[in-house]
Amino acid sequence: MISEHLPILQVVLPLLAAPLIVLFRHATLAWLLAAAASWCSFVIAVLLFFTVPAGGAFDYALGSWAAPWGIGYRIDSASAYVLVLVSLIASVVVTYARTSIAAEVDRDSHYLFYAMFVLCLGGLLGIAATNDAFNLFVFLEISSLSSYVLIAIGRNRRALHAAFQYLIMGTIGATFYVIGVGLLYLMTGTLNMADMAERLAQVGETRPVLSALAFITVGLSLKIALFPLHFWLPNAYASAPSVVSAFLAGTATKVSVYVLMRFLFSVFGARLSLDALHLFDVLVGLSIAATVAASLVALFQDDLKRMLAYSSVAQVGYITLGIALNNADGLTAAVIHLFNHGITKVALFMLVGGIVLRMGTTRFSDMAGLARRMPFTAFGFVVAGLSLIGVPASAGFVTKWYLVMAALERAHWWLAALVVATSLISALYVWRFVEMAYLREPAGEVRRAEAPLSLLIPAWIMVLACTYFGLETSYSLTGAQEAAAALVRGFR
Amino acid sequence: MSFASHYSYWATIVLMVLGLYILIARGNLIKKLVGLSIFQTSVYLLYIAPGKLIGGTAPIIAEQFRIYSNPLPHVLILTAIVVGVATLALGLALVVRIYEAYGSIEEDEIIDRDRKAGQDA
Amino acid sequence: MSPQAAILAALVLPVAGAAGILLARRRPNLREAVTLSCAAALFGCVLLLLPVVLAGGRPAVTLFQLLPGINFAFRVEPLGMLFALVASGLWIVNSLYSIGYMRANREHGQTRFYACFALALACTMGIAFASNLLTLFLFYEMLTLVTYPLVTHHQDDEARRGGRTYMIYLLGSSMALLLVAIISTWLGTGNVEFTPGGLLGNEFTNGEIGLLLALFVFGIGKAAVMPFHRWLPAAMVAPTPVSALLHAVAVVKAGVFTVLKVIVYVFGVERIAGLSSVDWLPFVAGFTIIAASVVALRSDNLKRRLAYSTISQLSYVVLAAAILAPLSVIGAALHIAAHAAGKITLFFAAGAIYTAAHKTQVSELDGIGRRMPLTMTAFAIGAISMIGLPPAAGFISKWYMLQGAVSGAHWNAVAVIALSTLLNAAYFLPIVYRAFFAKSAAGEAVHGEAPPLMVAALCITAAATVLLFFFPDVPLALARLMMAD
Repeated sequence: MISEHLPILQVVLPLLAAPLIVLFRHATLAWLLAAAASWCSFVIAVLLFFTVPAGGAFDYALGSWAAPWGIGYRIDSASAYVLVLVSLIASVVVTYARTSIAAEVDRDSHYLFYAMFVLCLGGLLGIAATNDAFNLFVFLEISSLSSYVLIAIGRNRRALHAAFQYLIMGTIGATFYVIGVGLLYLMTGTLNMADMAERLAQVGETRPVLSALAFITVGLSLKIALFPLHFWLPNAYASAPSVVSAFLAGTATKVSVYVLMRFLFSVFGARLSLDALHLFDVLVGLSIAATVAASLVALFQDDLKRMLAYSSVAQVGYITLGIALNNADGLTAAVIHLFNHGITKVALFMLVGGIVLRMGTTRFSDMAGLARRMPFTAFGFVVAGLSLIGVPASAGFVTKWYLVMAALERAHWWLAALVVATSLISALYVWRFVEMAYLREPAGEVRRAEAPLSLLIPAWIMVLACTYFGLETSYSLTGAQEAAAALVRGFR
Repeated sequence: MSFASHYSYWATIVLMVLGLYILIARGNLIKKLVGLSIFQTSVYLLYIAPGKLIGGTAPIIAEQFRIYSNPLPHVLILTAIVVGVATLALGLALVVRIYEAYGSIEEDEIIDRDRKAGQDA
Repeated sequence: MSPQAAILAALVLPVAGAAGILLARRRPNLREAVTLSCAAALFGCVLLLLPVVLAGGRPAVTLFQLLPGINFAFRVEPLGMLFALVASGLWIVNSLYSIGYMRANREHGQTRFYACFALALACTMGIAFASNLLTLFLFYEMLTLVTYPLVTHHQDDEARRGGRTYMIYLLGSSMALLLVAIISTWLGTGNVEFTPGGLLGNEFTNGEIGLLLALFVFGIGKAAVMPFHRWLPAAMVAPTPVSALLHAVAVVKAGVFTVLKVIVYVFGVERIAGLSSVDWLPFVAGFTIIAASVVALRSDNLKRRLAYSTISQLSYVVLAAAILAPLSVIGAALHIAAHAAGKITLFFAAGAIYTAAHKTQVSELDGIGRRMPLTMTAFAIGAISMIGLPPAAGFISKWYMLQGAVSGAHWNAVAVIALSTLLNAAYFLPIVYRAFFAKSAAGEAVHGEAPPLMVAALCITAAATVLLFFFPDVPLALARLMMAD
């Protein structure tokens, strides 16, 4: 039965598409292959999402080598949730990519772009699917290396330096992670996360285990751009081609957050990870600093993409805040925000891609009167922006509801107040765009130049998704709740 | 459990810190990559050294040997070396592109030129 | 049509109307016909529900689940019925007026104007019929968002500033306070459904109830209780029809309606009556009434004076509800209708004066009553209603409020109402006096009444103000039903 092999097909399909694309060396063919791979992996992810047993998991032994010897893949509710998120975003983005990269990437490197795209996708899916800590490192590096290329592939020379910065920071992060895994391996003698969790419970709070926890947390914090380790992110997102910003904003940091949660809750267990090192205080402090500082910085950016990038740093703060609160609602908020923020940011970056195509600029001051030139783009930006703020009937609201609830449950009134206060700062920077686009007269003559449908339709699918998942929460929310439960339950 | 019996760990730590220091302190992109490589190498050592058992041999089962070294770390580090080489190669490729675009591989000069370009625009 | 279908129609009709308005953007006459017919149809739908509610029915619709345990659901109870009637009924009149005003002043962006207006009405209906706090909150926030384009209609610096204040106050207060209040209620009781008699049991202590009430009252920024009132004068940069329907009726009434609904259906009048921690509310409301009246007295700009008068009148509703005596709560509900009719008349008159004579300051109105007799007569009726004299609707609501205050021996409240009546007279009567009895300044331009559509609209609302005095049966019946629930 093919359905037994879905966990491996999920990862292998995009990985195999990459060499094929390089062999064909043809832009359109490459696009078709990449799109096919992405959409197939989306279908597989949806199948897995709906068939994964509640409270259980699919275990897959690679090459039929049983778990402690071979590499095991394990799909439970949490990994299925992340798989759906990543493959959904990849599918929409790849559909959008064709027109967008035609404008932003030289034609002879198009096929390389698609090869790197599917490689990155394969890596990200692999991270979510695998149950082996070292295999996870390899996938982490596959996705990271390809994302460095994706960032640098455009014509903007700043992207080269941004990619280099990201390469240095990303490699440090991944190496920290692998140091942590090495220490755990020394203490437990296994790389299988399920075995590791079991044996860690016996080893207890020894110093190597605690330093492993510290190394892994810091390494992954670099990857998720947790304040103050976020400096690579704004440069990378602002100078990369729009498609790449959209794809990475929705997936790369999100998957790393998943890994962090997996280690904190499933491998180490919340009691060890959050209590022993006072990680609660550290994470709460950093999350608040992230949301407040990055939101304020976003408010004063003169570049649309950079503003969105800083907003991403701020939103990561919400996710880590949910993690730190460490109750059912807090974790649900963290998991569902992976999804909600993912689709919101992707929508925004895709719309910006249309603006780049038509206006050739992302400077804030050039957005004056944008609503007259590109009414659908501007309106979509506002709708997705509302989700960023967390207005009711938008995806962002669901997160905020759970986050505030989690803070109140732990009787942290001030945290609840901070969450709402920072969402007001995001209202300010979204409104800066509204005033610019709607209430200012454009410079020069106004020609109606809406983004082409091939860009507008995928972007609007995401915009509508922001609203849909704010009203009809049964899939996104139930999935997130089950995922949160699966993370806490671990491998039992 | 003396200082000397942990000398492989000390070597690891020294290499690790050395690599990180170069990364932070040097503005030359090539030197940064050198630092990164040293940093990664320290991890190889961290994995490999504990796999060695005193008096152990390569894990090929034979009558006359009773003690074998653990082969798994070697396999892992082979993979890690491949990753490290790929990272280094990509990093160097980026440096070449940066040199073509900016005419410099010094970080402060690159940032300076970006700023100037920003003012002109 | 079944009551359930009528509820859904009341929500969908204005949205469909907005779509129709956008489609008909190239043909102004057709576009305005869409607005008018949509307004009439909406009022019809709401009227269909009236006999059901009066007969004791509480038609309800549940659409889907918003969050686990909280549905996107509607339930028509008497108070919501009253609010929906007022808002949808006045939309028809206001549409007539808008057409006259927008055309006479050659405003730009009229399609956007009418479309946003229709959407605002849809949100208002959502607020009126919402059956739980979350559904209400959703429409409450939507209402802020869809009225923003109306406030910033002129798209100049002043509009931008006004719009910014509008957003910061309304979005800020609701996000920072109201949302937290709703979530606290949900965490405490596991329920956010509006329940007759209130849904609070003994989950909260005395002090927590006081805090929760504060979060609600100040979080509902649309009720403009000081210090969250600054958005209302700022919103006066909008064209006058917007000030008239939204900032005298729909938006601000959505605020006091929500306060009233929260006090009656979330806290429960009997549950919190006599609690020491809710004592502060009458004082805050009383302070707002007096302070806003004083500011109104000192403003020369007519619309600004009306805006501060609105702030003061809104706090009547809050004060009457805060007294927690059954009669005064009935007065509060009545005042929603009474003030709406009176204040929309006043704004209509202000807009008519601006259109016909291009005047915005009170000090310029000498002798204008002789040139615009109908407008200024209507204005006088509106002013009488604001002061609370017969034969105008304001008298009835004030009567009930006073009765409630006296029966509960709330002498402070009685004093506030008396003093503010004097203040109301002090800032409205001089306008009427100037208009009819002062001599016009020399060299005054010759002008007559505003365009007929506008005059017709303001005559209708002035007549309604008087009629509500003589025939207050329906609002009164609804208000009594609310207390009987």
